[in-house]
Amino acid sequence: MVLTISLVILSLAMLGFLYRVIKGPSVADRVMALDAMGITLAGMVAVVSVLLKTSAFLDVILLIGILAFVGTVAFAKFLERGVVIERERNR
Amino acid sequence: MNNVILRTITAVVVPIIALFSIQLFFAGHYYPGGGFIGGLMAAGAIVLLLIVFDIRTVRKMIPINYQWLIGTGLLFAVGTSAGSLLFNVPFLTHAYRYVHLPLLGKTSLHTAVLFDTGVYLVVVGITLVIIETIGESD
Repeated sequence: MVLTISLVILSLAMLGFLYRVIKGPSVADRVMALDAMGITLAGMVAVVSVLLKTSAFLDVILLIGILAFVGTVAFAKFLERGVVIERERNR
Repeated sequence: MNNVILRTITAVVVPIIALFSIQLFFAGHYYPGGGFIGGLMAAGAIVLLLIVFDIRTVRKMIPINYQWLIGTGLLFAVGTSAGSLLFNVPFLTHAYRYVHLPLLGKTSLHTAVLFDTGVYLVVVGITLVIIETIGESD
């Protein structure tokens, strides 16, 4: 019961982040909301894993964490430098 | 500007991602994982290196032509599949045997691992070729 309620609350948080991604005034808001969506998704997978009494989804959490990290780094670099992958670093 | 924090974090995180990729690769066939997702994770580690450093530095770090990886992987996959024809069984038939290894105990050795190695190499090669081609044309 508690797990179901927490899943509902996490879904509501996800809707809030989705609103911020669509509406967000600046690009930085959208990037922050996307990162938070990844973390919330990892939390939802964890709750589902407890709900189903299995440990098969624990790899998924690590996977989502790594992908969210790489995506956030790419977005941050794009905001800062204007390119994601540089041919040659020029400072 | 000097992003020393990002570079330090990358030096810590890239070996972890590479280890997780190998773990996903060997976990396949009985648990979630396999060559495809393992290859994607290995490509993710190299993409993180590409983002933090630049293409020239990463080429100096990992002096591999990624197009050769695609060919080597396809050779692995096709060779494992066609090897079953030598034993007069249908194409893509795999064999396995339970073996007592010194450190791991009773393990099932499976020829599907060789096929998955091919898939792993093909996925790493294709992903990195695509990303480098997109990233170079800015």
